[in-house]
Order: sequence, then C-alpha cells, then structure tokens
Amino acid sequence: MSTKLERSKSRKRIHWRKQDSELTLLALPTLIWYILFSFLPMFGMVIAFKNFKISGNFISNVLNSSWVGFKNFEFLFKSNDAWIILRNTIGYNIIFIILGIVLPVMFAIMISLLHSRKASKVYQTMMFLPYFLSWVVVSAVGWAFFSFDKGILNQFLASLGHDAVNWYMEPQYWPYILIFLNIWKSIGYGMIIYLATITGIDSTYYEAAVIDGASIWQQTRFITLPMLKLVIVMMFILSVGRIFYTDFGLFYQVTRDSNSLYNVATTVDVLVYKQLKTATVGMASAAAFVQSMLGCITILSANWIVKKIDSDSAMI
Amino acid sequence: MAKTPTYQSGLEKFNRTSNGINALFTLIFILMAIACVVPVIVVLSISLTDESYIRETGYSILPTALSADAYAYIAKQGTMILRALGVSLLVTVVGTVLGVLLTTTMGYVISRPGYKLKNFLTWVVFIPMVFNGGLVSSYFINTNFLGLKNSVWALILPLAVSSFNVIICKTFFRSTIPDGLTESAEIDGASQFRTFFSIILPISLPVLATIGLFLCFGYWNDWFQSMLYIDNQNLYSLQALLNSLMSNADALARNSISMGISFAELVATMPKESARMAVAILIVLPVACAYPFFQRYFITGLTIGAVKG
Repeated sequence: MSTKLERSKSRKRIHWRKQDSELTLLALPTLIWYILFSFLPMFGMVIAFKNFKISGNFISNVLNSSWVGFKNFEFLFKSNDAWIILRNTIGYNIIFIILGIVLPVMFAIMISLLHSRKASKVYQTMMFLPYFLSWVVVSAVGWAFFSFDKGILNQFLASLGHDAVNWYMEPQYWPYILIFLNIWKSIGYGMIIYLATITGIDSTYYEAAVIDGASIWQQTRFITLPMLKLVIVMMFILSVGRIFYTDFGLFYQVTRDSNSLYNVATTVDVLVYKQLKTATVGMASAAAFVQSMLGCITILSANWIVKKIDSDSAMI
Repeated sequence: MAKTPTYQSGLEKFNRTSNGINALFTLIFILMAIACVVPVIVVLSISLTDESYIRETGYSILPTALSADAYAYIAKQGTMILRALGVSLLVTVVGTVLGVLLTTTMGYVISRPGYKLKNFLTWVVFIPMVFNGGLVSSYFINTNFLGLKNSVWALILPLAVSSFNVIICKTFFRSTIPDGLTESAEIDGASQFRTFFSIILPISLPVLATIGLFLCFGYWNDWFQSMLYIDNQNLYSLQALLNSLMSNADALARNSISMGISFAELVATMPKESARMAVAILIVLPVACAYPFFQRYFITGLTIGAVKG
C-alpha cells in the first residue's frame, strides 16, 4: 500500500507534461539572455585573479592569461586613493540613504495633508520630472549654472557684487552640490511610492482617531508612520544593498570628470570605468569584484538583520 | 445609512490642517515644484537665445534675445542629429518591444504554479538581483565574446531584461489571473503559446504598459551603453551626441554637410552654445510632454513592485 503510494508520488514528480515543454520553450529566450548577460559575467570575474591581456578571443584570453592570485587586489588596496574612494562611496551613500528616506516620507505626508487634491497632483507631477531627465541632460543644465564665464550662478554673484567662482575647480562646494542633485532627482520618485501607500491606508483608522480626539500630529505618529514601515524598510534594504554602488552619471557626468574634483567625486564606479578605459584591467576587475562581493554580502545581511527584528518586513 | 457620507465629509473637513499650515505647505511645494521644472526652462531658453547674446552676457534662465537660429541650423545641417534621432528611436522601439516580450514570458512562466522548472527559473531570475559580474567582466563578455562593440545591439540587448521587472510581471500574473482561466484554455486544447499570447497578454495591459514605459524611458535616456560600446559617430544616439557636444561643441560641424564653405567657416558661423541646448531639448521635450500622461502607469508599476512577490 505504502510502496504503491510512494511510487505514484514519485511518478507524479518526474512526470513531464506537454505544457511543461511549452512553458520552457516560452522562457527559453529570456533564459538565454540571463545566461549571456548575467551568468557569463559572473564566471568572467575570474579575470580579477588573472593577468588579463586584451587581445583576440575572450575565452582563449581567459584560459591563457596566468593566475596572479590576489596581486590585483594588493595593487588596489595599496594605492593611495583606495581610502578616498571608499570614503566617498560609503559616505555619500549613507547621506543619500538617510536623506532619501527622511525627506520623501516627510514630503509625502505633507502633500497628503494639502487641502486641494488637484494642486497636490500638479506638484507631484512637476516634482517627478527630474527623475525622467538623463544625467547627460542634467550635466548640460549643470553647465548652464556652473560654467565660469557664462554660468547663471556667476552672473548672479556678479550682480550681488561678488567675484565669480570657478565651480568645476573648487572641490569644497561639490559634496553639497552632489547631495542636492541626488535628492532633487529622486525626491519625486520616493514621494510617489510613499504617497501611494498613504492613500491606501483605510480611512476608518483616521476616523476612529479623530473621534478619540487625536491631533493631526498624533495621527501621523501613530497611524501613518507605522503603516509606512514596511515600505520604508524595503526601500532601506534596497539602498543598503547598493551601498558600494553609486550613480555613475552623478559622479562622472555632472562633475564633467574634472581633475580638481577627484577627491570629492571619485567613487568605486568612476574608478572602475576610468581604469577600464585606460586599460588597467587588473585593478578595474579587482575593484569590480570587491564591489559585487561586498554588495551581495550587505544586501543579504541587511535582509537577515531585518528578518531577526521583524520577520514580516524582510524581503527575501 | 444615508447619514454616513455627510458625516464622513464633515469629519474630513473638521480634521483638516489649519489654513495657515496649508498655506505654508503649499508655498513649500510650489517652490520645490518650480525648482524641479527650472532645468527644462533653462535649457529651452538657452536654445532659443541669440548666439551673440550668449557670448556677451552668458546663459540666462528666461530667454532674452529670442532667436531660432539653433533650430534652423539643426534643420539645415543636421544629418548627424537626424541620424542620432533615428538611432535613439530605433533603439527605443526595438528595445521596448523585445524587452516586454522577454520580461513577460519569463514572468508568466514562473507564475505558473504546476510548472516543473518553476523553482529553477525563479532562482535564475533572483540571483542576479543580489549578485552580478560587475562592469569589467560584462564589458569583456559583451565586446570580446559576444562581439557587440560598435553594434546597435550593444545599446539594446544589455538593457532588455531586469529581474525587478520580471518580478513585477510575476506578481501581477500571480495575483490577477485566476488559475481557472489557464486551466479552461488548457482543457479547450490551447497550447501554452496560444494561451499566453491570445488570452493572458490582452488582459494584462496594465502591467504591459508599466513595463513598456519603464523600458521605453530607460532606452531613450540611456547614454552609458553608448559611452562604453560605441566609438562610431554614425551609431551615436541623441544622448551620446549631446555627451560629445558637451565636451566639444564643434563636434556637430565635423559631421555636417559643408555647403561650399570651409570647416573653419562652418565652425565660426554655427550657433554652438544654443545648438548644444537645442539637442538637449530634442531629448527632453518628448519625455517632458509624455510622462504626465503615463504617470499613473508608473505609479501602478512602482506600487506593484513595492508589494512583496
């Protein structure tokens, strides 16, 4: 009896139906895409441990180039800039994560309290616009403001009787400019995510609160914010997982790759790109390798910590 | 029963923030909204300003000495711009169609409960979300192994699929399409292809629109792939063209049909500053006009993505 049941069970497990073949065929193009563009590069990472030469066929290159162990990493971490680049990458990201959660949540709550629905829609639409501008366009806009001889900011300074500032040569302003631009570009997006959640909150909660005499501030503190927690945590995990990645466009395009801004605007992505272009492949691949490894570890541990604290909020 | 709505609206009114706070918030949002739109106005006004005026007094937020020279120049000499526009359009259209197909098929397949390879494929989609090969390795695979250097496919293929979009699709199919629908199609003898293309896709317009729009704007705004893989000026997209104009405003002249005049003359007569911004307008204007109409689809997409899959 039991063997029969087991047999039928196992037959059911290995039974491959016609529709399984069809579904596999349907997924095949995307599966090939994943193999070529996601999984092959993962194996390609071995070049971080090799003395890779750019010539001819990729596979023969990988097979023929000699193993150098951790030499590439040694060079990377021994270089004087390693500290500056790590500081920039993580420092900016910590600021972006904090401001990127606090400000959109604050403005989403504020905009949900406006009396006029129509006006709030208009503001939302206008504030979403920078999200759709490419960094090349933003860099052109930046040039219109910061250019030394024609820039709008310098004309403004001149009209106040100040000297013109050569913005692209003065590193002290750029941390603020970069932080401002990052917030400016992403605030509309963040605001809409949180606002969608706020408008989804059951209005009876607020009615009950009003009957109990709760003020707007108390309603926000005890109803809106707790309801937003799940989304906030999710956005947090996503951004912490990308703490070793930065927006290449922001740090490379907007600063116009100015050498004077090297110390305040070089992040891991910029380093990797520049080295790739100057054909220092060993160090570039070592840097990219460290970046993906650390990125993977951070996203998994952020998720693990969140799971420990509150299992419902975890993503994976 | 009839009393409830009046009570509710009354409550809402009673629960409003005070007029003072409302005015303050409104002011803050008006200022922020203006700050977000200013860039487009600046770019537009520079593109419409007379070149000699820019040379004398610099850029300005509002157009002062109006002139359409830059656009006239583009229309007259702009083979390079027209080609870049063509590349941008081609990449956007082909990329969006291909991306939607690849994304929705995978999303559909891993949303089918009884499918044998479901777990395997779900891992295939999931792993790249936490781990990737990095820029250097991808670059060498794409150029040396797949031979995509200086090919229009380098602008299309790497961006076609994102695991995030696949998960959005999967969540959508899982939550909105009843199992009975696919089962009955199966009983009627429809193949999975037929079921997917003639039953599932037509009723999945919201998610198709969402994914399609994400892809469409992504392709139109992409400049990084061009920077990595394209050296051939004939394959420049609008973004790549603007990028090269930002570092060298003469780049346009080099590729223009010089109608009997020398290169030096051409460079001297072309409206460099305003032409640069006119190209930016060619990029921005379609986006700025289109996105308000599609905003609700984006919001759908963002909120589907925000729900745990």
